[in-house]
Amino acid sequence: MPSTLILDIGLLAILVVVAIMIVRLRSLFAIVMLQGVYSLVSAAWFVSLDAVDVAFTEAAVGAGVSTVLMLSAMLLADRESKPVPLSNHLAPLFIVIVAGAAMFYAVGDMPAYGDANSPANTHVGMDFMEMTANDIHIPNVVTAVLGSYRGFDTFGETVVIFAAGLGVLLLLGLNGNAGRWQAVPNGINLTPSEAPPGVPQVVTDKTLQKKPKSKKVKAKSKVAQKANTAQKAKKKTVPSRGASSLSKKEVQSKTRTQSKSRSNSKAETKSKGGAK
Amino acid sequence: MNPHLLLRVVSKFLIPLIALYAFYVQFHGDFGPGGGFQAGVILAASIILYALIFGLKEAKRAVPPSFVRILMTIGVLVYGGTGVVTWLLGGEFLNYGVLNHHDPAHGQHWGILAIELGVLITVASVMVAIFYAFGSRQPDLSDEDW
Amino acid sequence: MLTAFFENYNYYVVIILMMTGLYVVFSSRNLIKKLSGLSVFQTSVFLLYITIGKVEGGQPPIVSENHASNDSSVMVAGGGEAAIGHAGQMSDVLYSNPLPHVLILTAIVVGVATLAIGLALTVRIRETYGTIEEDELAMLDYTYNLEGTDA
Repeated sequence: MPSTLILDIGLLAILVVVAIMIVRLRSLFAIVMLQGVYSLVSAAWFVSLDAVDVAFTEAAVGAGVSTVLMLSAMLLADRESKPVPLSNHLAPLFIVIVAGAAMFYAVGDMPAYGDANSPANTHVGMDFMEMTANDIHIPNVVTAVLGSYRGFDTFGETVVIFAAGLGVLLLLGLNGNAGRWQAVPNGINLTPSEAPPGVPQVVTDKTLQKKPKSKKVKAKSKVAQKANTAQKAKKKTVPSRGASSLSKKEVQSKTRTQSKSRSNSKAETKSKGGAK
Repeated sequence: MNPHLLLRVVSKFLIPLIALYAFYVQFHGDFGPGGGFQAGVILAASIILYALIFGLKEAKRAVPPSFVRILMTIGVLVYGGTGVVTWLLGGEFLNYGVLNHHDPAHGQHWGILAIELGVLITVASVMVAIFYAFGSRQPDLSDEDW
Repeated sequence: MLTAFFENYNYYVVIILMMTGLYVVFSSRNLIKKLSGLSVFQTSVFLLYITIGKVEGGQPPIVSENHASNDSSVMVAGGGEAAIGHAGQMSDVLYSNPLPHVLILTAIVVGVATLAIGLALTVRIRETYGTIEEDELAMLDYTYNLEGTDA
């Protein structure tokens, strides 16, 4: 039995409680905060498992940066997740129980906790301890393996991080204005330029025809810059890709004519902006 | 009167220390826990804290977004460039032993320092860039919903 | 029975944590909650890896100062014997396996980068559709035929 048994059990109990709370809660703020707590507690357990480097990273990344990112994304999205009906919980529960049972069954073949002679702990991993002392002469073996023995791997990870950063910048823009507000898939404008209400209105075709009109009135009050981006977005609008029903074609042609009239109004606002 | 006066004073004191600690973690990574990944995240955290307390505008004045965008690339180039240099010196890609003719172990030290620097630059600038991207986006809900 | 349980209780608990995260991913419809569950799942996988590398009574894989200095002085004196003397020295201190630590260290940072991508996609979805609930997204897709299935 490991010497740190009570500490381990305590930390694991906290982890289980936090994970179950994440399942049960619906407030996204609480969920994000609990996820930070989860990361921090698992970082504490990493220290108990002798993985100081990993604990360090988990505390800085998991509990620090990712919580900040989740919060800032939450600010741009929702505060509350809607309840899911009970019937939709059954299939996931079944899958999770089956998968968990299969893994429980497999645990019998795993090496005992803390076994120094397990296959994982006898071969290449432990060889690094001696190789580092002979080849590199630095005390921290993790840094040596990370930088030198597995340098290719780390290079790949660095490129992955770079690519992920690039992806976020493409999606949101470094100054936060990539693809601003306007999204017109299949010629149908889904985004009113006003702040959308919390509950999306699933509009029927008739209301859809009216929607851009109300927007047109409000668009005048918008600054000229926004009109610019809107016009850019409109250029991208693909002409109808063969709508199925006749009514849809009508709608699309109407929206297109409306968008033409809107561009006129935009020109007005632009000239107003120029006059100022 | 600023409602966040205490927060501002404390963080003004803390932010340089956090940045300094990031560099300690970076260069002490050979001897204790730490390295480029952790240091990069801590350095980014100091800038993010500055942005949270003093506003994104101020943070962007201190660390301009164009600068961040360039640094993202430079980090990867430093890492890859180290590999190319070892290549040109006659070794394999990322075999740092050839960096020092007398003692391969010293070459390994230098190589690890160089690539950790590349990792630091990439990680820190990518984290700051991601934060800038999310932070500059206008929220479409008002604060009253909180 | 109880000792058998304590021999690998860590796996049982970590599996429970993993399945909890997976359950959040499957059952919730809110995209941010889904990502949060994915994060929990991911952290639990890290826990699994690190527990495998733990050695009972081991030290963190940082060779203590006098060890390193001893070793390097021996190395300067003479190459061949140093390795033998060194191996003898190593055996008296037990270290945990450094390899899982290295694997997970990079995985954590890559994890936060991919999380950022997911969140950015969520933000864009919210701006386009006005919601991040999956069923409402599917409804909007269906209503406006955004997938173009019956075009």
